Amino acid sequence: MNLADHLPALQVALPLLTAPLVILLRNGFLAWLAALVASLASFGLAILLTQAVLAGGVPEYAVGGWQPPFGISLNIDGLSALMLLLVTGASSLGLAGGRLSLRRDIDNRRAPMFYGAWLIALAGLCGIAVAGDAFNVFVFMEISSLATYILIAAGRDRRALSAVFKYLIIGTIGATFYLIGVGFIYMMTGTLNFEDMALRLGEVIETRPVIIAAGFITIGLALKAAIFPLHIWLPRAYTYAPNAVTVFIAACSTKVSIYVLLRFNYGVFHGNLLGHSDLFSVFIVPLALSGILLASAIAIYQGNIKKLLAFSSVAQIGYIALAAGLATQAGLMAAQLHMFNHALAKGTLFLCVSAFVLTSRSTRISNLAGIGRRMPWTMGAFVIAGLSLIGVPGTAGFVSKWYLVVAVMSVPGWGIPLVIAIVISSLLAVVYLWKFVETAYYGTPPDGDVSAMEVPLPLRALIWFAALANIYFGLAPQLPIALAESGTGTLLGGLL
Amino acid sequence: MTTLLIGIFLLSLLVITAVAIVRSEDLFSAVMLSGIFSLLMALNFFLLDAADVALTEAAVGAGVATVLLLAGLKLTPPTEARGRSLRKLSVAVIAATTLLMIYASFGQPTLGDPNAPAQQHVAQWYIEKTPELIDIPNIVTAVLSSFRGYDTLGEVFVVLTAGIGVMFLLGGGRGKPFSRLDSRVEEGLSGHLIPKVMARLLIPFILLFALFIQFHGEYSPGGGFQAGAIFVAGIILYSLVRGEGLALSVIPPRVLLWMSAGGALLYGSVGLAGILMGGQFLEYSVLADNPVTGQHIGIIVIELGVGLTVTGVLLSIFHAFAARD
Amino acid sequence: MKLLGLFNYWVFAVLLMIGLYALISKQNLVKKIMALAIFQSAVFLFFITMSRVDGGTAPIIQAGVSGQIFSNPLPQVLILTAIVVGISTTALGLAIVVRLYEEYGTVEDNEILAMDRES
Repeated sequence: MNLADHLPALQVALPLLTAPLVILLRNGFLAWLAALVASLASFGLAILLTQAVLAGGVPEYAVGGWQPPFGISLNIDGLSALMLLLVTGASSLGLAGGRLSLRRDIDNRRAPMFYGAWLIALAGLCGIAVAGDAFNVFVFMEISSLATYILIAAGRDRRALSAVFKYLIIGTIGATFYLIGVGFIYMMTGTLNFEDMALRLGEVIETRPVIIAAGFITIGLALKAAIFPLHIWLPRAYTYAPNAVTVFIAACSTKVSIYVLLRFNYGVFHGNLLGHSDLFSVFIVPLALSGILLASAIAIYQGNIKKLLAFSSVAQIGYIALAAGLATQAGLMAAQLHMFNHALAKGTLFLCVSAFVLTSRSTRISNLAGIGRRMPWTMGAFVIAGLSLIGVPGTAGFVSKWYLVVAVMSVPGWGIPLVIAIVISSLLAVVYLWKFVETAYYGTPPDGDVSAMEVPLPLRALIWFAALANIYFGLAPQLPIALAESGTGTLLGGLL
Repeated sequence: MTTLLIGIFLLSLLVITAVAIVRSEDLFSAVMLSGIFSLLMALNFFLLDAADVALTEAAVGAGVATVLLLAGLKLTPPTEARGRSLRKLSVAVIAATTLLMIYASFGQPTLGDPNAPAQQHVAQWYIEKTPELIDIPNIVTAVLSSFRGYDTLGEVFVVLTAGIGVMFLLGGGRGKPFSRLDSRVEEGLSGHLIPKVMARLLIPFILLFALFIQFHGEYSPGGGFQAGAIFVAGIILYSLVRGEGLALSVIPPRVLLWMSAGGALLYGSVGLAGILMGGQFLEYSVLADNPVTGQHIGIIVIELGVGLTVTGVLLSIFHAFAARD
Repeated sequence: MKLLGLFNYWVFAVLLMIGLYALISKQNLVKKIMALAIFQSAVFLFFITMSRVDGGTAPIIQAGVSGQIFSNPLPQVLILTAIVVGISTTALGLAIVVRLYEEYGTVEDNEILAMDRES
């Protein structure tokens, strides 16, 4: 027995099986600690898997010893490794940085249930990232969704409940659409395994059920990924969720849906459906563009910093969708890199917000006036992550914006207009972030008190660690680039 | 041909019932209609040769879901406010999608076509290999618990997550005893002699049937999930006719929590045992010297885990709803 | 005959859209949960229809009988899982509705929305 051979299964099993132990605890602190340890251990497993991918690849893992397509396989390529790093990293960041704010949001008695749900959400997202089977993706999608609903419903504001109900309805519709699509493909191919599907679809190319399947899967996943205009559930869910939960889900949960979308549209349909790529582009690109521009514009008018950042997320998902929708190698590279970099920036930003809320107890921008002078360390980190979000050179955000612009330029006839759209939306990002930064540095606090009130040192250190990661991956982006290259290879591999 | 016609008749009833559910403003009637809807659905499944699914749909859709909805209605208003909002655009989209799906159906294999791609390939392999590799009569159980056992592990955790969610939201676990589950139904039942006597006669058989389904799932339709759902239905029926918290006072909430978590852990540890014994995650063949025996051991243990979690979670959920005032 | 063989799929489409219509148009949250159940049940019917083979029986091997035709076990397995997912969603959704009623005093979506806008 060599545990290194079982990394793909352990990546899911570790957080999943820790969860039932956590709910049996009676103490909120212990539950948090257990969840944090499990989350960090998962992060460690993700790093090991990433190393294995870069060192030549991870062999297919057949769960239960049954070879695919008869059993369920776990397949890990660069893109999966990228997602695993994001998911486990965001979870650890949320748990480690959220201790103080979670202690305030969740009462001690219910805390074990909450952290159990957190671990199940983590396991579900990891499960999607490693799955090589279309139905297995559905199962883990539902695990992570149900657990995420619990996490969001834990918000203190009653609006968290109405937001989460809407999310539950839309999320279930999305997952059911996905399931219908998988059903249509199974009907025509007799298999559920991604690789096998891609092979066997060639025989039933251009049949009506397969085309319908592509439609259901794309729309279902677009709902879950909150691609504009299917994003209506997202801003309120992000805003009213507990702050630490927002750090976790804003960084990774919608991206996992985009990941499945890429798996299907490139791994399975691409090359099997005539003109599929063009259709996909025609469907996705206009939506993505309007999302980028409109959501950025809406963000400017938000009075609540969490809502502002949530609309910014809708716009950033637009960038990822735009890049993915180009259906080119450069586009896929840009999409994957932007998933990574946006998660980094948004995770840091929401972590800073949770620190602001710890001291000033409000997410209204007007109530946060002067916070930059009172909490200079946290605000400094916020500015760095904000620069990365805008795409300023030297930060991680610049790398993916650069790849995006290069990818867009190669679109015949549309290069210049698309670049202009990207530039406009980046300027809009400057405006909405400046709006907050200006208030934070130059505004007068509501109670006129300008004395320093920083959060405790460990939390500050963590925030700066996250902020510096934004700079590190801006100056030395080799890791995400290598993973994205490997991911692009498997997405387009053999089918071009 | 007769089966086909009966099927068409039942399906038409299904559509009518669905419309009635949507139109009914009295939510109690809508709940009852939902129960009928599930029963009709179960009958359809039975006609379509899906015995396991029919049993599950009857136990879950008509049983568990109905009681859950009633428990929810106890805590919320029983009627729907008039008025609805619907943009013409969404009606148009819905109508267009329906037509599109019907259009697509003409490219699909017809009902029962033995040459359809879905019946070849993987499915055929399961049917051929189950006697040799797993050696249990019920192929559905073989696929569910071994070939696709990883999905079923996920399924158990979906149930556990729902339990965690309800306990988290409604603060279950330490509430009041299981006594106020829908007083209207409760009084209605305990006040009448016939339901009372009938229920008392039925309950032992229901519990016995649940145990049968739990341990006979390899041979006939059934398994841990159905057993858990039926077992819970029996206990709830008991608490309805007794009208007291007796049923649940036998099993304290903390024990239910242990059952829920323990079942999931049991399933997971079978998976880990596979790794420790030199196989893959959830590989049962390595659990004994003879691979087929190993499969049998694995399947019995994980079905037990499923049954425990389902029973624990469903009872916790009902408890959480009932204890809420 | 060909048309009758597609009837199940039409019912699937119609049920799915009845569910979706109710999800969009109904304001009562309990009703929305019921609509969600109809919506999901439609998919169950879709998969189970796919699993049926003419002249087949439920996929349970009977001792001593050979040459049996079985209906497809795989979609049945998938739907067993999907039914469980469905009831789990219903339970969680209902718990949220109960909490919503406690906080807002109503379970009508439009009224909740109006209160949210005020605050």
